[in-house]
Amino acid sequence: MDVIISIKPLLAVLVTLVAAVLIISTGERNRNLREFWTILASILKFSIVISMVPLILKGNVIEYTIISLTPGIALQFRIDSLGMFFGVLASFLWIITSVYSIGYVRSLDEHAQTRYFFSFALCLSATMGIAFAGNLLTLFIFYEILTVATWPLVYHKETKEAVMAGRKYLVYTLTAGMAILFGIILIYSLAGTTDFRPGGFLSGHGSANMLRFIFVILILGFGVKAAFMPMHEWLPSAMVAPTPVSALLHAVAVVKAGVFGCLKVILYVFGPELLHELNLWLVLAYFVSFTIIVSGMYALAQDNLKRRLAFSTINNLAIIIMGAAMLTPSGIKGAIFHMGGHGFMKITLFFVAGAIYVKTHKENISELDGIGRQMPLTMGAFAIGAMGIAGIPPVCGFISKWYMAMGTLEAHEVVFLFVLLISAMMDIAYFFPIIYNSFFKKPKDNVILRFNEAPMMMLVPLMITAIISIILGIFPNAFFNFFNLASTAAGKILGGM
Amino acid sequence: MIEQAPVLIVIIPLISAFLTPLIGWGKKELCYPFIILALTLSGFCSVITLLTVMKTGIIHYHMGGWLPPWGIEYAVDYLNAFVLVVVSFISLTAAVYSKKSVEQELPEKTVYFYTLFLLQVTGFLGIVVTGDMFNLYVFLEIASLAGYALIAVGGKGAPLASFRYLIMGTVGASFYLLGVGYLYMATGSLNMADLARLLPDLYGSKVVLAAFSFLVVGVALKMALFPLHGWLPDAYEKAPSSVSTLLAPLMTKVSAYVMIRIMFTVFRPYFSIELFPVTTILSWIAAVAILYGAMMALAQTDLKRMLVYILLSEVGYLVLGIGLANKNGLTGTILHILNDACMMSALFMIVGAIVYRCGIREISQFRNLHRKMPFTMASLVIVGLSVVGIPPTCGFFSKWYLILGAIDASHWVMVGVLILSSLLNAILFFRVIEYAYIEPRDERGSGSMSLAISREEAPLSMLIPIISATAGVILFGLLSGRIISTVIQFAIPACF
Repeated sequence: MDVIISIKPLLAVLVTLVAAVLIISTGERNRNLREFWTILASILKFSIVISMVPLILKGNVIEYTIISLTPGIALQFRIDSLGMFFGVLASFLWIITSVYSIGYVRSLDEHAQTRYFFSFALCLSATMGIAFAGNLLTLFIFYEILTVATWPLVYHKETKEAVMAGRKYLVYTLTAGMAILFGIILIYSLAGTTDFRPGGFLSGHGSANMLRFIFVILILGFGVKAAFMPMHEWLPSAMVAPTPVSALLHAVAVVKAGVFGCLKVILYVFGPELLHELNLWLVLAYFVSFTIIVSGMYALAQDNLKRRLAFSTINNLAIIIMGAAMLTPSGIKGAIFHMGGHGFMKITLFFVAGAIYVKTHKENISELDGIGRQMPLTMGAFAIGAMGIAGIPPVCGFISKWYMAMGTLEAHEVVFLFVLLISAMMDIAYFFPIIYNSFFKKPKDNVILRFNEAPMMMLVPLMITAIISIILGIFPNAFFNFFNLASTAAGKILGGM
Repeated sequence: MIEQAPVLIVIIPLISAFLTPLIGWGKKELCYPFIILALTLSGFCSVITLLTVMKTGIIHYHMGGWLPPWGIEYAVDYLNAFVLVVVSFISLTAAVYSKKSVEQELPEKTVYFYTLFLLQVTGFLGIVVTGDMFNLYVFLEIASLAGYALIAVGGKGAPLASFRYLIMGTVGASFYLLGVGYLYMATGSLNMADLARLLPDLYGSKVVLAAFSFLVVGVALKMALFPLHGWLPDAYEKAPSSVSTLLAPLMTKVSAYVMIRIMFTVFRPYFSIELFPVTTILSWIAAVAILYGAMMALAQTDLKRMLVYILLSEVGYLVLGIGLANKNGLTGTILHILNDACMMSALFMIVGAIVYRCGIREISQFRNLHRKMPFTMASLVIVGLSVVGIPPTCGFFSKWYLILGAIDASHWVMVGVLILSSLLNAILFFRVIEYAYIEPRDERGSGSMSLAISREEAPLSMLIPIISATAGVILFGLLSGRIISTVIQFAIPACF
């Protein structure tokens, strides 16, 4: 394993920051130029990110130190396979979401588009910073920037409901930020460093109870963005945001940042060995199992399509952590892969919800009867996404769930296998009626629906993500060695034991 | 020339203060460039002083060639060189900023305003540069007297607020003077270094204990530490914008510096920590001050008044670091002297700019302000985030060290207080941002006719200082590691 010094991680973060400045200085005067900046930045960012993939796959680590923040901690990027995985995921989906966003905001003639694209670009910068962070403090810096940058997107509609959702979001995430900060400072005062190391760096520092306390506050802190119950309330409320925001941020960037933070804490700060020693992994697994089951029940009860998707997101985020909490090779591999797989599938589902809204202004599931005749392609993509989430082959959700199921068996904890299976059944229960009703039921008001699809700017992105979900299910490595990245990460973490 | 720098820092603004009326007598418009020139020179000298200290260690400057302890000595080490640079640059920023707002608020009195402004700065710089307890008192009074006058020229209610400040300030100054008198009685010396040498033998003496108490309480009054803060909210709120931009960031920081000097240089740390456990008392008081300031700020509807209470809470931070009395805590305090001076200066300048353009201070009237004054409001967001403690702005790093210090001292309550105060500050600032940025709409998405609002940004002479202070907020955050490793770690008294 070599450490390669390269400025690329910094560029990947900065490119969107520059784009944000360009977007705001272009403004409403020239919409096409403004959107050009978004697209250009997203493509540049993605190319910078993938240009680093081959190096990472060879087992190298890419490092770049910007400045020393405090003795022992620098503002530093260090990319390994897990960070790379998240980086590729977020930067690729941003390209697609950008195209979709442009279609969405123009079809609906949204207000404050400049602010929208500006905040979006900032969010992506922050996400990339989180993915590439080399230590807890760097991660935290970008994590907090992400919190603040997402806020304008949540209150975007500026209705009373949206403003309240924004406040709720801030209350949850800023409080969580303080918990994380406290945890980080405790770690720093115990260990004198916060540098991530595969397999953890905390063993041998501090008393067992102190470490347990730190683990609990860090997981609770990151768990807010990962929407673990009972800290999930902000996510369904934030569904009031425009759909592309829900799609990218509330299915990929923001919530996955929370999950990514948890993964870093579990695998890179504490590490499997220490978690076994402290008996924390079982506690964590039971804690997220609760979320898995209960969020499934909640999802069944939602009529608003986006809210149902939100609860399904909560469910899947908890599944990822459960897989990782098994601390076995398959469990971790499956968990990391599910982070990506779920990203593609869930973004498809959200894109569909947005396409339906733009075309018909319908938000509730009960109004969707027969819509499959009007928008067959869109609903077809929905069916693919839903099958994937439920873990039905050949969509990629199957692979990740398979590995996570193996993980539960490797850890000799059959309970969690049942949790996974029950949740898969609930996935079917809350998604399949939608598919059935939209294709086979007659519309309520007896209008004959003609083929009338969403605009191309929206249709093409959602088809692409649906197709990639299938491709990843058949050839998990097809997309920039996605699966290999996940398994190298798992290997390194457990190899560090 | 270079060896005269420590004294020039003070002399330049002092002499210029007396030249200003003469210049103003001839041509009023020349006053402004003149004081900018004076403060730039003085700032330049303070930078030279800091660089000299970094190169050669402590500077001893003997006034008129008289050797200490008989003559007045200016002793500059890392700590006061650092504070000098902060003070001189913040006052320069305030001076650049003051032009338009003075023209608007005090059109008849510009010349006198600038005279007093320079005297005020002279006072601050003198307090920081001197190594003599009585000389410090003299400068403290110069600063205070100039302050009373500057506040009194404000609008409605200002004379009364200033009078109240005068009474309380005089009590504080008298306490300080009494303390110095007792020390002189006990030791026969006024020189700080000399006192530090003589005092340890007398730590049992009641006179010394009384002197110490008087000094600490007197300084606490000057820095408006809870519960001695009563004078501050009215005084700073009623003062003209350009005055509060100068006073609010600096008076409290300079007093914090004096407190560190007295507690850890004039008296040995083990006296202040163990023999006479002031630090413990101070840290609890500071905790109350932090929460009290933030809570009172929550109750305000007027932005400037809200800032004034936030300032009280920031004083709590400064004192908390002193009270924790360990390396990280003091690093936090000294870093916060820079950070908070920068943040408060930016915030008070922003309020002044809003008042200058729109004449409003009520937060509920801030609707659509982000269209009118985009740069000013963007600065408000950034500085607000810094006060909340969102990284990578500088406010975060002050908190980082203070929390570390609290953990080192096993003061878990203080950790809780710091975290709670961050959350309270978040409510404060996100409320303002919400008012300024969100344009309420109904369900159908049709909004107010906000597009009709034209841009009316603050004039450049205000905007440039605001933006540079805001840039400072971000830069000092990113560079905090560098600042600490080159200056602050040497500024902490040696035994920590």
